Amino acid sequence: KAMEKSRPLWDNPLQFVFACISYAVGLGNVWRFPYLCQMYGGGGFLIPYLIMLIAEGMPLLYLELAVGQRMRQGSIGAWKIISPYLCGVGVASVVVSFFLSMYYNVINAWAFWYLFHSFQDPLPWATCPLNSNHTGYEEECEKTSSTQYFWYRQTLNISPSLETSGSVQWEQALCLTLAWLVVYLCILRGTASTGKVVYITASLPYCVLIIYLIRGLTLHGAVNGLIYMFTPKLEQLSNPKTWISAATQIFFSLGLGFGSLIAFASYNESSNNCERHAIIVSLINSTTSIFASIVTFSIYGFKATFNYESCINKVILLLLNAFDLEEGSLTADNLNEMKEYLMATYPQEYAQLAPQIKNCSLEAELDTAVQGTGLAFIVYSEAIKNMEVPQLYSVLYFFMLLMLGIGSMLGNTAAILTPLTDSRVIAARFPKEVISGVVCFINCVIGLIFTMEAGNYWFDIFNDYAATLSLLLIVLVETIAVCYIYGIRRFEKDLYTMIGRKPNWYWKIMWAFVSPLLIISLFIFYITDYILTGTLQYQAWDATQGQLVTKDYPGYALAVIGLLVAASTMCIPLGALVTFIRKRLKREKVSTV
Amino acid sequence: LLLTFCVVAIAHAELCKPDAQNAFKVRISIKTALGDNAYAWDASEEYLFKAMVAFAMRRYSSKSTTQISNVLLCNVTDRVSFWFVVTDSSKNVTTVPGSEVEAAIRMNRNRINSAFLLSDKTLQFLKITSTLSPPVEPSTPAWLIVFGVVLCLIVAGIVFLVVSGIQNRKKKNKDSAERENLEEKVEVTVTVENGIPCEALDLKAGHINGVFAADDERFTSL
Repeated sequence: KAMEKSRPLWDNPLQFVFACISYAVGLGNVWRFPYLCQMYGGGGFLIPYLIMLIAEGMPLLYLELAVGQRMRQGSIGAWKIISPYLCGVGVASVVVSFFLSMYYNVINAWAFWYLFHSFQDPLPWATCPLNSNHTGYEEECEKTSSTQYFWYRQTLNISPSLETSGSVQWEQALCLTLAWLVVYLCILRGTASTGKVVYITASLPYCVLIIYLIRGLTLHGAVNGLIYMFTPKLEQLSNPKTWISAATQIFFSLGLGFGSLIAFASYNESSNNCERHAIIVSLINSTTSIFASIVTFSIYGFKATFNYESCINKVILLLLNAFDLEEGSLTADNLNEMKEYLMATYPQEYAQLAPQIKNCSLEAELDTAVQGTGLAFIVYSEAIKNMEVPQLYSVLYFFMLLMLGIGSMLGNTAAILTPLTDSRVIAARFPKEVISGVVCFINCVIGLIFTMEAGNYWFDIFNDYAATLSLLLIVLVETIAVCYIYGIRRFEKDLYTMIGRKPNWYWKIMWAFVSPLLIISLFIFYITDYILTGTLQYQAWDATQGQLVTKDYPGYALAVIGLLVAASTMCIPLGALVTFIRKRLKREKVSTV
Repeated sequence: LLLTFCVVAIAHAELCKPDAQNAFKVRISIKTALGDNAYAWDASEEYLFKAMVAFAMRRYSSKSTTQISNVLLCNVTDRVSFWFVVTDSSKNVTTVPGSEVEAAIRMNRNRINSAFLLSDKTLQFLKITSTLSPPVEPSTPAWLIVFGVVLCLIVAGIVFLVVSGIQNRKKKNKDSAERENLEEKVEVTVTVENGIPCEALDLKAGHINGVFAADDERFTSL
């Protein structure tokens, strides 16, 4: 008797929507979008962003969800059904997801580290530690700021370059193990456990963002940041990089091409209205980006104003001490007149002091645009240490980062596990818990590389190169496959059976022409950019100077980059080739028999 | 009398002047430290300062010979900053070596600060470095404690889910095995109770009941 095992399903459509939101709304919304907004024209950046959302984001998201829901298989199985020659696309998705889950969980480990360190008074990144004979502060910490010192020295213990690997940091290794245990706990039972967890990972970040919005807007100097951000600099619209960045951001922010969306959608009922869900998820994702950047810019404004006022106070103190003036005679308002007066009355002494007197500028402080881990762990922690009750805000903030990160990890691991549990070869022999456990264990062991002293440099390599080009190619092949190989009429009919409504002309035009063209142009742009830049470089931390310096990648690092890109992109043609050879062999066997 | 007074005054002026030997500059920031509760720096405060320095010297060298008149202040500015020097009471025209003064001040820094309601940063002795107090470090770092708690919770959760999963599967296997046995028994009883043997249906005289034929198909398709 063949016992048909029914496919696990989400308990209700809300779980599916929450899972997609939890996956799509990730760290990129918090640490990349505000940076892009600042670099490419402030409020004006919203125009290309929204246009790209309509032209590229929604159609491609709908496509992936529809494919997953129709084929009811993970990425490998789904593309095999569309055309046997396309099994390579599924494999490429799994490979890219595997690379991503290797390095992405390290961010959760860092979030755990900061979260655990938030339970002390004062916060450890608020002050510099003392040097060995207790006469002053640590030298490295003096040169840079206490928050940067805490990140580069006490968290990462970063080495001066990629070549000096150093040893595994046991504290980071512990946090990484914990992060993987948390992920394992959430995916242990498949959709049964994931479905419950996503309620929390999707909604909690919004609660924290709202608290931070209220706190951020009431901070002193927040308005400066908001004005700076939202003043549209419309001349940036003529810069092609603006449009490319908008397209790239929409593309990667939605998490297309990893196979996670296909995996999530495969656990849907066949009659689920994925069109409505695609629109909802993409709109929520973009709105969250804008919301997060409002919060980020009020924090920026606060930090910039605080630093500006500290700078002014330092100058005032310097002048008071040098010229023995009465306390309170120099204020921020009369500083400039007094400087002129002092320059005139004591020209010699003033000339001696001149190199130490910095020109404090609020604009310069606001201009320091930061993205990525720098924004999340350095800028935010610097702002938090100056708030009242910093421990509370610190705990809230890093818990939010954790929720965002774990939400995305759930999607990544689903993309790897769904094809594995779908394949009868593996699923028949081992139960789900064992497969998940093995995947988590392998990823954790490989992830220990990122906890070494040079680990952050390898992290940057993976972050910049593991997913970028491969994803563009994967999604391009996906769109062309569905529109031209599977056939858009057949796809229409499938959607009609599922949803009860045929897709209208907007979807069809986007799928067939606009989105593929956009992706091809992005692809061409990136390839030419890589070729033109020549050697690839990275930012290394120089402890003696207390700042980042640019260095060239060594040969073996370039080889690793090449391998990362090749490992996933080559799967597509290889898959087609293997299927072709298999079919040939089968035909020959049949004909000889 | 006037002459000795003049001589002493000149001697003092020689001993205490900016950058003199064994002289220290002091910088006081009362408004920064106390804000609205700031007091004015006047002659009485200077007297207190001289008294504190004399006190420090007495405690350090434990010979009670230093007098308030041994401490000389000069060049008081609006900032408030001034220079001071400590003269040796036994030899009137020399100053106590700077290292002794420094050591004495360092030993009693806390007392001097609290006499003026100030701190190391607001009552600065410019050449004397202050010993910064190390932060209080508990025996186990706080983060390890929180880490341990969270780790135990997560591991407990995983163990619970895995064990309940294994138990569920065992129960399901037992249930399906029981159900299989039950079905077999039912089949056996059907064929026994059913007095008509199956071969009888193949007789040409009888009609083949479509229902039973369909049943046959179902069994053979396994």
